Amino acid sequence: MALNEELQSEGFITSKLDDLVNWARRNAVWPMPLGISCCAIEMMHFAGPRYDVARFGAEVFRFSPRQSDLLIVAGTVTYKMAKVVRKIYDQMPDPKYVIAMGVCTVSGGIYRTYSVVQGINQFLPVDLYVVGCPPRPDSLLKGLMMIQENIKNDRPIRRGTVIGDHDHPQRPIDIQLHAIEGPAKQIIAHR
Amino acid sequence: MFTFEQLKEKNPELHFDSIDVGGDQAVIVPRDQILAVGLRLKNEFGFVQMIDALGHDRMEKKDRFEVTYNLRNHITKQRIFIKVRCDERDPHVPSLVSVWTGANWHEREAYDMFGILFDGHPDMRRMYLPDDFEYFPLRKDFPLMGIPGSIPLPHHEDADPRFDVANRGE
Repeated sequence: MALNEELQSEGFITSKLDDLVNWARRNAVWPMPLGISCCAIEMMHFAGPRYDVARFGAEVFRFSPRQSDLLIVAGTVTYKMAKVVRKIYDQMPDPKYVIAMGVCTVSGGIYRTYSVVQGINQFLPVDLYVVGCPPRPDSLLKGLMMIQENIKNDRPIRRGTVIGDHDHPQRPIDIQLHAIEGPAKQIIAHR
Repeated sequence: MFTFEQLKEKNPELHFDSIDVGGDQAVIVPRDQILAVGLRLKNEFGFVQMIDALGHDRMEKKDRFEVTYNLRNHITKQRIFIKVRCDERDPHVPSLVSVWTGANWHEREAYDMFGILFDGHPDMRRMYLPDDFEYFPLRKDFPLMGIPGSIPLPHHEDADPRFDVANRGE
């Protein structure tokens, strides 16, 4: 009788330690909510009882970057705010993930002006773009699940993945172009 | 009902032109008299509240910038505007913070956006933009997408050049 079967008959299961650690990590993603404008309202719905991110183990919103491992940048990032966002990112312990939520964060959105950073990937490595104005909470849930999937497989997520509602008429065309042109960008239609 | 003629009769040393702005009275006051006019309007005619103060780029060679103060008398329920103008080369106007304390942040905003300097202001700093920003973005000759590189971003080695303002052809 093999050792594994013997252990199983005794009521034990065997696994790799990495798998156990990844299982624990992916079911306890603690987000750092950086709600700096109106997308934060959708982010609150994402955490609230209707969409209930607690089902996926990410309900513990930590307002301290030292204790969190997923940065959700939800809102328009101005040049003045960019330094703050980067500082919060730098304070988070590794391994860490970044979701750019909403078109303002992804590409500046409707704010094509001198004061708004035209995409936070100018100063942050972004793992996932969740587009929409604002994105629905289920889009953000989908984004979280993709990040969890990548934690499970223990490989870095493909940088520049775009999640969004492609039937949404209010989506700026700009984003679609950027999403389609980019060779590294993977588009996932949500509906 | 207050008219600026009453102010002129009481104080013959003041001189200004009265104009009509959408049914409300407005005057363009010379720079050296704005403080006296403000004081008298508040103390003698009951314009106790300064609702708003705003800058304006008229895009003209003479008297390019204009500051408008929106005043209100709560007893007669009357609203008036006083305006003061300054040149681009000498963008100084007297501050009215000593008359209406509420003008403090409004004047700071006008400085932030137009570069109008308010003499006698207690706290002439920028309002919204970073302290080391060198331009005044609401001036008509300021480009919409700003001056590339004028506000440094934190360094990021994987930055996508297609998202850079300088490459977007605005």
